Amino acid sequence: MKHDLILRIGVRLMIPFMLLFALYVQLHGDYGPGGGFQAGVITAGAVIIYALIYGIEEAQRVVPRRLVEFLVPLGVLIYAGTGVVGLLYGQNFLDYSVLSADAPHGRERGILFVEAGVLVTVSSTMVALFYAFSERGR
Amino acid sequence: MEGLKNFFDHYNYVATIVLMVAGLYIVIARGNMIKKLVGLMLFQTSVYLLYIAPGKIVGGTPPVLDPNFTVYSNPLPHVLILTAIVVGVATIALGLAIVTRIHEAYGTIEEDEIFAREEQE
Amino acid sequence: MIVTLAIVRQRNLFGVVVLAGVYSFLMASVLMVYDAVDVAMTEAAVGAGVSTVLLLAALHLTKAREYPQARPAAIPLLVALGVGAALIWATYDLPAFGLAETPINQHVVPYYIENARKDMLVGNLVAAILADYRGFDTLGEVTVVFTAGIGVLLLLKGRGPRSTSRGIPPGDGGTA
Repeated sequence: MKHDLILRIGVRLMIPFMLLFALYVQLHGDYGPGGGFQAGVITAGAVIIYALIYGIEEAQRVVPRRLVEFLVPLGVLIYAGTGVVGLLYGQNFLDYSVLSADAPHGRERGILFVEAGVLVTVSSTMVALFYAFSERGR
Repeated sequence: MEGLKNFFDHYNYVATIVLMVAGLYIVIARGNMIKKLVGLMLFQTSVYLLYIAPGKIVGGTPPVLDPNFTVYSNPLPHVLILTAIVVGVATIALGLAIVTRIHEAYGTIEEDEIFAREEQE
Repeated sequence: MIVTLAIVRQRNLFGVVVLAGVYSFLMASVLMVYDAVDVAMTEAAVGAGVSTVLLLAALHLTKAREYPQARPAAIPLLVALGVGAALIWATYDLPAFGLAETPINQHVVPYYIENARKDMLVGNLVAAILADYRGFDTLGEVTVVFTAGIGVLLLLKGRGPRSTSRGIPPGDGGTA
């Protein structure tokens, strides 16, 4: 039980920083290394370490399985949706310059949306993979 | 000394090929399926090195625009390899799922035993 | 390279998984030396994090240890070494390491470097190329991740047979 206690307190301290770091990496992807994939994997890592230390039932109380399975296609939809918006305005598919008044700001906004879509799909896929593997053995 | 200079210009590729050969050997020579997947991971990471190494420019910086620097390392291989890494983890995850189902169906994950059991049926 | 040799020789699969995590971490450090910061961050997060967790989960589900080989491993070793020698001989035709005048650095990349700031006000070239100039490839990649997730969920949904029963389970593996 003593080992358990140290791990629990340590993980409880670490998880908010991990989630904050994931958010930082996601939003600073334009100005430094980072972006959707890295942030998605770090987010999934935070959820996975919570599930490893506190148990699968606890983790599924906080991040339910249905929610994760709903989020997996949602990211792809966000990405493809941003592309289709370009089509609706009469330009090419995945042309982001239509999203704002002037072209550079439009493209920057498009990159933000697209990276958000990538974050949602990558993080929820990794968590869904972990849930699937751990459900199988029970 | 031309040959020696040539060797030192290229020895990072030699190291990459050594890693690739180790991964290849594990995939074709070992029978345990999880070990094969780990060998596949070795192979994949050596291919990443093979693509990124030619993009590095000595004296350049990482490809983030900054007013102080003018020479950047080539960002195009980084983009391709980023995709490749994520696809690689997807492949490994699917492979592990299949290995788990094989284990449930046959009781073992050694290739030889599975072939023997298939021949008996 | 030492880690690689240890992975080849190691028979205990748990040790193999731990060494694979160490290997991913070392690979991320090597990628940092190559100035590939985005790639190093992704490789560290993915290889040393998620890959290791999934391998451990699969190992827990299969509970296996590698058996010694029955047939001799000489032929695959020769094949692998032959392929390696041919590849090393081929890489000598590549340009020397670190030059800026190689063809890989000449054709498309100067356009990206000069115009990224002007076109979309973004500093990180890798993110700019990934999300805008080559955004279609990234759409394909997200689709691949999605497909892999769906595939694993299809394969591993449900409880599966109880771990005490061995052999072929009756009917399909589990309930939805």
